[in-house]
Amino acid sequence: MDLKVSDLGCRRGEDLILSGVSFGVKAGRALILRGPNGSGKTTLLRNLVGLSRRPSGAVNASTDLMAYAAHADGIKSQLTVEENLRFWAQVFGTNDIDAAVEHFSLEPLLRRHAQHLSAGQKRRLGLSRLLLTGRPIWMLDEPTVSLDVENVKIFAEMIENHLATGGIAVIATHVDLGLKNADILEISQFRPRHDEQQNPFLDGAFS
Amino acid sequence: MRALLTRDLALALRSGGGFGLSLAFFLIVTMFVPFGVGPSSATLSLIAPGILWIGALLACLLSLDRIFQLDYEDGTLDLLVTSPLPMEGVVAMKALAHWLTTGLPLTLAAPLFGFLLNLPSGGYLWIFLSLLVGTPALSFLGAFGAAITVGLKRGGLLLSLLVLPLYIPTLIFGTQTVVLAAKGLDNQTAFMMLAALSLLTFALIPFAAAFAVRVNLR
Amino acid sequence: MSLWEYANPVRFMRLSDRVLPAVSVLAVVGLAIGLVWGFFFTPDDYKQGATVKIIFLHVPSAMMAINIWGMMLVTSLVWLVRRHHVSALAAKAAAPIGLTMTLIALFTGAIWGEPMWGTYWAWDPRLTSFMILFVFYLGYIALWAAIEDPDTAGDLTSILCLVGSVFALLSRYAVNFWSQGLHQGASLSLDKAQHVDNAFYIPLLFSIAGFILLFVALVLLRTRTEIRLRRISALLTRERQA
Repeated sequence: MDLKVSDLGCRRGEDLILSGVSFGVKAGRALILRGPNGSGKTTLLRNLVGLSRRPSGAVNASTDLMAYAAHADGIKSQLTVEENLRFWAQVFGTNDIDAAVEHFSLEPLLRRHAQHLSAGQKRRLGLSRLLLTGRPIWMLDEPTVSLDVENVKIFAEMIENHLATGGIAVIATHVDLGLKNADILEISQFRPRHDEQQNPFLDGAFS
Repeated sequence: MRALLTRDLALALRSGGGFGLSLAFFLIVTMFVPFGVGPSSATLSLIAPGILWIGALLACLLSLDRIFQLDYEDGTLDLLVTSPLPMEGVVAMKALAHWLTTGLPLTLAAPLFGFLLNLPSGGYLWIFLSLLVGTPALSFLGAFGAAITVGLKRGGLLLSLLVLPLYIPTLIFGTQTVVLAAKGLDNQTAFMMLAALSLLTFALIPFAAAFAVRVNLR
Repeated sequence: MSLWEYANPVRFMRLSDRVLPAVSVLAVVGLAIGLVWGFFFTPDDYKQGATVKIIFLHVPSAMMAINIWGMMLVTSLVWLVRRHHVSALAAKAAAPIGLTMTLIALFTGAIWGEPMWGTYWAWDPRLTSFMILFVFYLGYIALWAAIEDPDTAGDLTSILCLVGSVFALLSRYAVNFWSQGLHQGASLSLDKAQHVDNAFYIPLLFSIAGFILLFVALVLLRTRTEIRLRRISALLTRERQA
């Protein structure tokens, strides 16, 4: 299935920061979101997965098909790696953590408490959660932060595998992942003109 | 859902705060009352039901902010909202976990602390039963307060200010159940009302709290 | 032309600009007639003497204290269902007025209570209910003050108002049960509105009308201020982005 987004508006607090966002991603392809800090990449992703309200526009895919991963990866430091993974596997009803463990070679870490992991290991654990969701559309916000070159490669490989099975990935990142089937979308083009604010308090004139 | 409940319980046990702290707090409140009002057994047995209820209620209040705060900070809440679990169910499970780690231990300890305050003999069964039936309502209402204040930097004090007024009916019917029983009077109405209040919060609060969580995440 | 048109800030500003002076004048007239008539031109009560005249402040403020919460409940619902900003702001604007009315009712009640019952305060169901209403107002106002984003604040205070209304109402009945449970029937009932003589009744009506109009005037004024604040912040945002 393809992802189609048409004429989407995004707010951060009161401010409209993106408007008329339209793009399409075919099954098996990735879309890289580019734009300077504060341009609305995170806001757009949170809007797409249904965390924030949609003031306007439409997305053809249900949020039930999307998996979201952000800077904060929801890892509990008091639980072991295995417990963390099992929890999310149960939540998403997939119940199988082997693929995730294998792909990021988490095997030796399984019994370790997450608080003893390095930042990079934590990140790997957080990203391996995506494999547990069993969902086709991945929405990733700066996924490679604190990953070293080798792990970036492993991660890119995981994305390629996902795309090869007909999945979709929308990724906000500054790093070149070297993906074969990727398009780039510059999101600063969707910055609203300031007469588009649609703030009812700006209508008309009163003193 | 069950995974969420067991995870929350495991976290409460391992982070070493959980019921230990609430119980200690409850004990200290119970201990301070004789210091405040004097050691006369007659006075103490008169106010014992109220003190036990207020002590349990305040002890319950202490750990409320942890229901959502930690999950909010490390991003778990974002992931839960985008997961297949309905937010209403998540709220209910978290309130239940809070009750199991706070309300239930307090309920079990209250009859014991009753001895310290010279609770009349008719009151022991009913302090246990009233807390057993009433403390879940405290956890659910607390979860609502926690959901509202989860995005705030210093929400702790505000949380108390929002939640305590909501506790008034539960406190009144809870203590009345025990007071009437201690006097040997019929306490059926009070106990039934207490149970009804708890059922009302189970039905109502998950929706209100889930709404508040979603608002705070967007 | 539907009522909802006034949910638009600009229309609301235009309408309230026209209505506010008239409402303010009427409020002053109503209060002046009610209070002057009430205080100086009504007979002393044969039992209570001149103290009875505090009724002209006490009863209207107590009525407003409850009804303002009711108005906040309605405007909160309107905000949640139809997302009209003015509605949320009106609820925000009304809360401190309601809080003040509750305080006036509590204080005048205490002042009246002393000569009548020999005590400023008793845990009578009605007095207790007002105390409870007072803390509900406090929590509501504190929540508005604590949240920066206005739409988030509107949503959260609205849901608090809804849940709070349910539990405030339950508290009211719980308190009745509790107080009877302790004293076997309230001995210090404040039930008097039904008994007042015509000589008191008519100035009391004026006073009540005055209080209602005063509230309308204040809430319009405060809502206008809130709207202006929102406009300023919107203008600043636009400037920042331009």
